[in-house]
Order: sequence, then structure tokens, then C-alpha cells
Amino acid sequence: MAAVAKKAETSAAKYQRPHKLKYGKWGLIFILPFFISYFVFQLYPLILTFYNSFFTKYSDLMTEVVEFVGFNNYVKVFTEGHILKYFGNTFLLWLLGFIPQILVSLLFASWFTDIRLKLKGTGAVKVILYLPNMLMASSVAVLFVTLFAVRGPVNAIFDTSIDFLNNEWGIRLIVAFINFLMWTGNTTILLMAGIMGIDPALYEASSIDGASAGQQFTKITLPMLKPIMLYVMVTSMIGGLQMFDVPNLLVKNGGPNEVAKTVVMDISAGISGSGDVGFAGTESVLLFLVAGIIGIFLFKLMESDDDKEARANRKARKKAAKAAAKGGAVKWQ
Amino acid sequence: MAVIDELSGSQLSKQEKRGHQLLILRRIIAYVVLIAVCVIALFPFVTLLVNLTKDHASLTGSFNLIPGNNFMTNLKNVLLDNASGKRPVFFAMFNSFVVAAISCVLSVYIAALTAYGLYAYDFRLKKAAFLFIMIIMMVPTQVSALGYVDMVKNVMGLYNSYIPLIFPMLAVPGVFFFIKQYMESSLPMEIVEAGRIDGGHEFYIFNFVVMPILKPAMAVQLIFQFVASWNSYFLPQLLMDTNSENATLPLIIAGLQAEANGNFDLGKVYMVLGIAIIPLIVVYLCLSKFIIRGIALGSVKG
Repeated sequence: MAAVAKKAETSAAKYQRPHKLKYGKWGLIFILPFFISYFVFQLYPLILTFYNSFFTKYSDLMTEVVEFVGFNNYVKVFTEGHILKYFGNTFLLWLLGFIPQILVSLLFASWFTDIRLKLKGTGAVKVILYLPNMLMASSVAVLFVTLFAVRGPVNAIFDTSIDFLNNEWGIRLIVAFINFLMWTGNTTILLMAGIMGIDPALYEASSIDGASAGQQFTKITLPMLKPIMLYVMVTSMIGGLQMFDVPNLLVKNGGPNEVAKTVVMDISAGISGSGDVGFAGTESVLLFLVAGIIGIFLFKLMESDDDKEARANRKARKKAAKAAAKGGAVKWQ
Repeated sequence: MAVIDELSGSQLSKQEKRGHQLLILRRIIAYVVLIAVCVIALFPFVTLLVNLTKDHASLTGSFNLIPGNNFMTNLKNVLLDNASGKRPVFFAMFNSFVVAAISCVLSVYIAALTAYGLYAYDFRLKKAAFLFIMIIMMVPTQVSALGYVDMVKNVMGLYNSYIPLIFPMLAVPGVFFFIKQYMESSLPMEIVEAGRIDGGHEFYIFNFVVMPILKPAMAVQLIFQFVASWNSYFLPQLLMDTNSENATLPLIIAGLQAEANGNFDLGKVYMVLGIAIIPLIVVYLCLSKFIIRGIALGSVKG
């Protein structure tokens, strides 16, 4: 009986959507290259990284030492390593660049989209602001080494001889400044898209009621921009977590007191053979976990209200089903 | 605006007049700040452009933005520099170009295939596949680097070759997401159906019906992927020696770091940086309108 019913159902479906069923296998064929190359060149190495994190692996003169150590590396990473310090460094470098970046971007985005202000040449400003983002981070970093050298242009302009790259805050601020320079254009464009998505009727109504530009900014623009600003912040944070090129090329090994040494710099040093490869694997796993947590946060953030409701409904239904299975007493309201 | 201008001569209430003055003040402030930020943003690159025309002696002296006359000498020094076992920068540029060109074309084509596969067809794993790609978008590429280096050295035996730089660029979730978004807004299924009725093979339909429609999105991503690969420093420095003959441009740039503090020929340092940066600036300025529209396109979510 059931089989017949099912057959009837599928044939009905076939009748309604003949193409989709007939062409289904092509979907798999089209997505295959992506998945094969992901599995071979990214997922397998990812698993290999996890696998390596349970070993200690280093070159001792001519012989390579490989030893299974279980979870030892995971204990060691918190007790002996400096990974927490490097996470702190990375966060501070990111934050120092991100705060001016979001403030300037907000200001510019609101100016560029202000109908009453009517600025000219905003297109050119956007092009200039976005330019550093296209350039090689490593070359920008080396360029800044020459600019901030003791006998470089910056010292020549102010007629000083400050050794910026030997000073903890000098290094931090230069890294932050480069990041600010590279990402402000991008953030401005994203926020502009966000502002232009706001219903213009809100601005019109408020200006009829006599709201000033400042009031419109704090009472309309900011609250309406909250989702996209959170998105910008979280994606920037994930990007910041991977910071490598700029601090690595600005000073050797993070400079004095390793202030500019980031997590990825330490992992990279471990991989390229100057340390314990297994330990670098453990640090990679840690980086993966932190990025994962931030990612889940982003995912929750982007989830629309409909999705949330659907999920809550599903949960409630599951609960009800469980209760029904357990007690037998069905309490449907 | 025009209304206010017209009225400003006639009887305008005090409040409106004040509002108008305030607007002008705000405009002046905005222009001053914008110009200041642009000057700061451009300063490093203008300095670079000027300094690559100077010789070492004038570079260590006082600072000015007057071009020198050492451009050709610096260029010759850089291009023909094969002293001390170093290969000329030109070779590194060529390597970078090959890697960037191959990987951007492949990554965008594969991403477009995937986006089309998940957009146009219905099959059992469709939802799971999409969710999977969304999840891997969050994984930092550096996490799998350790395993990948291990694999390249011990399984593939391709250390010091530039081929392994291409493989991880084949599956880029971000490109997929961008093209999928574009597809949803501008690829009607009726066109695909029409192609099928005309007897087109599925791959034929994708290549000659769907791809032309996706051209704007794919072009933007081609640029971004090319730049990403051209600028990539993390993976090359793990997979190659700096003085390997397959070294890419960022490795050469990194090698300059030690020379950049002023003890070597600074004219040469600036020239190498210029060679790395100027082609990108020129290409960027030509395509800037396109690129900036592309960034805004990618931000639909949020």
C-alpha cells in the first residue's frame, strides 16, 4: 500500500517538475570540480594539520625527530608557549587600526550619501581611498620601513631622528596605520551601500519635522546601520586574526619585546622549520577554533528573523515529539 | 538647494538662513577633511614615485618631492642585477604573472560552475553542499597551511616550484558566493530552458548562454583573484626559498626588508617597490569604476 502511494507521489512530482528531476545529476557534475579540489588541497591538509598537532616534530642536526605526544602540545601551548601573548598582540594591532577605520568610514559614508551636502568629487576620493587595498601588503610594509627609517623621509620632514621601528608603540602605530590605510576605502564603500539601502522617506520625514543632520545621523543612520556595521566588524576581526604580511615585513620577529608578533607569524616560523612543527600544528588548531567561534557569532548575526522563528518552531516541535514519545500522554494544545 | 538659493535674496526666515550657513560650513569642513585624508593616503605612494628617480646620496639627505635624474640608472641596476646569485626582478614578475593568471581563471570558472550547479539544478545534496561552502568560508586558509606544506614537500615533492601555489586557489568559497548572489538577481531560468529546447548540451548552455550573462560578476572576481594571487606572500614564503628561480615577486620584496633601513642602495630599493606597485596602480586606475561597483555588489548580505 505504502509503496504504491509513494510511487504515485513521485510520479506526481515528476509531472509537475519534469526538468529538475531529469537534470539533477548535472548539478552534481557541475559542483564536482570545486569539491574535489577543496577536499584534496584544503580539507586534507586541514586534517593533516590536526593530525600533526599530536606529534612533536623537529630536525635535530641531520635526523628528523617524530614522536607521538598525545595532548601534550595542547597543555604546552597554554603553559609554555607565548600563544596567548601573540593572540593579544594580534587583537591590539587589529583594534588600533579598526577604531579609526570604522569612525572615518562612517563619517565619509554619511557625507558621501548626504543629499543636502552634495559633495563633488566623491568618486575620486573613493578611488584614492580604495587604492592601498589593491597593493601588495608586503610592498607597502617595506615602503613604510624606508619611510620611517631613522634617516628616512618622515624623520627628515620633522627634522628628528626617532627610531620608530625600534619603539614598541612606534611599531604598533605603524602597523595600525597601514591596516587603516588599506581597509578604510573598503569599509566606506560597504557602509555607503548600507546607508543607501535605508528608506529615504525616513530622512524626508525627519527633515520636515526639523531634525538636524546630526540628529538624523544618530537617530536614523546609526541604528539602521547596526547590522552591516556588525558584519564589517566581525569580518574585519577574522581578517585581523590572520594578520601576517605587514607585521612580518615591518620588523624582524615582532621587534622589541615581540610586540608585533602575531599568531600566524609564530605558526609560520614553526612550519618553516625553525621550531617544532607539531607545536605549530597545535597553534593552528587553536587559530581554527577562535576563527570558528567568531564565525558562529557572525552566522547567528546574519540569521534573519524568519530563520530564527523557523528554528524555534522546529525546536518546539521536536520537544513536543520527544515528550510524546517519553510520556505517551500527548498534550497537544 | 536651488529653492534655497532662489529664496536667499528674498524674505527668508532667520532660522532657514542659519541652516543654509550651517550647510556651507559643513561642506567646507567635509572638503578640508577629505583633502587631508587623501593627501595622507597618497603620501607614501607619491614619495615612492619621486624617490625611485633619485640616487642613494640624495635619498639619505633632506626630504623633498623634487624628482631626481637617476631613474634610468636605478632601472638598469634593478633589471640587470644578477650579482651575488640573485636573479633579476623581471623573472619574479613573470612567475607571479603566470601563477596569478592561471589561478584567477581557474578559480573563477570553477566557482561559476559550482554556483550554476547549485542554482539551476535540484538534487539531494544541494542544501548540504551550500551549507558546507558557507561554513568553509569561515576557515582561515593559514590553518591548513601546515598540512599543505607537509603534503607538498613529502607527497608531491614540489618544494620550490610555483605549481603548488595554484592548487589552493582552485576552490575559493568567496568567489562562489559572489557569483551565486549575482546569478540569483540576473539569471532567469527561462533562458536556460530555452537553450534546452533548442537542443543545447548542459555544458554548452553553461559556456555559451549562462557565462555571457555572468560576465560582469566574473570579470570583477577575475580582477580580485588576480590581485589576491599577485599579492600573496604567506604561502610562497613557506613553499619556496627566496633565491629559488621560481620565486614570486612578494618574496623578492620581502628580501628587500633588510636593505630598506638605509644601508644599501635605496634608489634600487625604491625602484623594486615601484616595479611591484606601479603596474597595479595603473591597472587599478583603468578599472577603478568597475572595481568599486563590484565591492558594493558583494555586500548585498548584511
